[in-house]
Amino acid sequence: MKTMFKTTALTAVLALGAGVAAAEIRIGATVSETGGASFLGDPAAKTLRMLVEEINAAGGVLGQPINLILYDDGGDPNRARTFASRLIEDDEVIAVVGGSTTGTSMAIIPVFEEEEIPFISLAGGIEIVRPTKPFAFKTPHTDRMACEKIFADIQARGLRRVGMISGTDGFGASMRAQCLDVVGDYDIEIVADESYGPSDADMTPQLTNIRGTAGLEAVVNPGFGQGPAIVTRNYAQLGIEVPLYQSHGVASDAFIQLAGAENAEGVRLPGTALLIAGILAEDDPQYAVVQAYKTAFEAEFGQPVSTFGGYAHDALRILVDAIERAGSTEGVAIRDAIRATENFAGTTGIVTMGEDDHLGLDLAAFRMLEIRDGGWSQID
Amino acid sequence: MRLSPKLVSLSVLALLALVAPMFFPSGFYYRIGALIFINGLAVTGLVILIGYAGQISLGHAGFAGIGAYACALAPVHLGLPPALAVVLGAALSAGLAWVVGRPILKLQGYYLAVATLGLGILISMVLTNESQWTRGPDGISVPDLGLRGVLADMGWRLTAGQFWYWFSALVLFIGAWLALNLHDSPTGRALRALHGSEVAARTVGVDVARLKLNAFVISAVYASVSGSLLAMMNRFVTPEIAGFMHSVEMVVMAVLGGVGSVLGAIFGAAILTALPQALTMFHEYEKLLLGAVMILVMIFLREGLLPSILRRFRGKEE
Repeated sequence: MKTMFKTTALTAVLALGAGVAAAEIRIGATVSETGGASFLGDPAAKTLRMLVEEINAAGGVLGQPINLILYDDGGDPNRARTFASRLIEDDEVIAVVGGSTTGTSMAIIPVFEEEEIPFISLAGGIEIVRPTKPFAFKTPHTDRMACEKIFADIQARGLRRVGMISGTDGFGASMRAQCLDVVGDYDIEIVADESYGPSDADMTPQLTNIRGTAGLEAVVNPGFGQGPAIVTRNYAQLGIEVPLYQSHGVASDAFIQLAGAENAEGVRLPGTALLIAGILAEDDPQYAVVQAYKTAFEAEFGQPVSTFGGYAHDALRILVDAIERAGSTEGVAIRDAIRATENFAGTTGIVTMGEDDHLGLDLAAFRMLEIRDGGWSQID
Repeated sequence: MRLSPKLVSLSVLALLALVAPMFFPSGFYYRIGALIFINGLAVTGLVILIGYAGQISLGHAGFAGIGAYACALAPVHLGLPPALAVVLGAALSAGLAWVVGRPILKLQGYYLAVATLGLGILISMVLTNESQWTRGPDGISVPDLGLRGVLADMGWRLTAGQFWYWFSALVLFIGAWLALNLHDSPTGRALRALHGSEVAARTVGVDVARLKLNAFVISAVYASVSGSLLAMMNRFVTPEIAGFMHSVEMVVMAVLGGVGSVLGAIFGAAILTALPQALTMFHEYEKLLLGAVMILVMIFLREGLLPSILRRFRGKEE
């Protein structure tokens, strides 16, 4: 009886000790789960929650479970900024994933720079990582890379004279500027440059102008949301014959449904391996990660994966991998480990970061896709 | 001895600002405090316009946008020190309010609400689309005010959160003091008279159009300065600051707290700034709750939370 009491007491003390030692790894996130950018933030939030559960079930990080603290900033930079302060000062997280839009990401980066906490953004804008900021990383390709991929493909088809129609939202405006900036590197001339507002319901006038441009050989449409789908529909209705290029901003099955498969036929856009998981070669270096993520996500939520959820997947995986390698929860150590990420297979591409490269992707990460019979096929 | 309401309001405000930090569990609460003060400043301006003069504006975020972008652009393009950029923004806002308000405020009724609605949306569109200056919808970074560095050199080291808490508290205190002074001045009395009845005010010799215009211009300056403070605290600004929802938010804060009283309106700003932070656990229901609170206040406490509560309290006393 006495021994049994002793054992019980010992177990209790051990359990108590373990309770103290069993600290948790606090990782923060602020994404746009609601609001205008919810199509970015919603799959990201779902992915983060799912992955954290998965990682904790497999034993956590550094032997400790992850506690994900996720806030919804609704796409408002001022709110995102408040949540960033809250994550660092009140929740005392060791790293943060998030910022669904370039605006929210740029608004919160100064907080992480000041507090020396690593931050991995889920937004496209190139200014997040250029110039390189010591504690800011990102997983999505930049809009500049999308322009380069598109222009390279246009040039390879022997086309020269390109018309542009861009959304005036953050994504469209930024990508338009990057395309105009990078076009000089190619033997391509921009012969038309039209724009439309984020809530416009008809782009026929702009497209008519573009159609009327002499010698037009291709059209590029930087934009995301519903705009590009309307452009694609109007494009087909006007019977414009030259090839249409969309951006990675609409790389999801929802785009084909919205635009209509018959209208989207032949549209090309730069996308990720995730979109073509079904036709990916088994020896592809991204095969395993893409299949695993797609299967898990679709089983859990019963809806198709999107590139944007993939960005969050890569961000959390890179972060967890870095924490494991750093063997520490200290900001600078984790930052250095993220920088040392090498040949990491993500859904977006193969990531190799560096001192001066906080993105770690090259053009090979993009695959030029074409919509055929309502589905995706790879060109190169 | 009976203390004047002005003195009471100012002492309550100062006391709350001084005592609150003793109960802050972490540095994050300084930011919430600063946001409350900055929103409170814009809302104090609306008290002058809505509460004193009885005019409604649905475009005040536009002036906040002007103040904010002045702080982002003037130091870079004109080489102005950030403090002067605040003044420039306020001057631009005042000028614009004067030009827009002058023809409209000669009219009676809701013309100002409609015109300011359009004005706010126009300003927000300009900030979004003129990306060669404003860098477009992704926003632009804002230079540091520099005052924190000066204080640090004087041996007074504050974190960014602490600095903005105390600095915005000071600005709000001054703003509230000016607004309360205005309330008791001849101009304030004339404003409240025209609020009661424009015809009656005119018959006793009040220049109705000029006074309404003054109230509009003053409230635009308040909004502009609050926008400048927000931009400099965040060190980053996007066109969302001038968005329609921000305008509505300001009016809602003022009306919820009590648009006739400076302290009430600041109370409204405090509730609507802090509540979303307290409700992150019930995020899906946040808008529902806020809507319900708003409807209940409008039905049962029509003067706004604070004045109605105070009235009940006093009623029992007597």
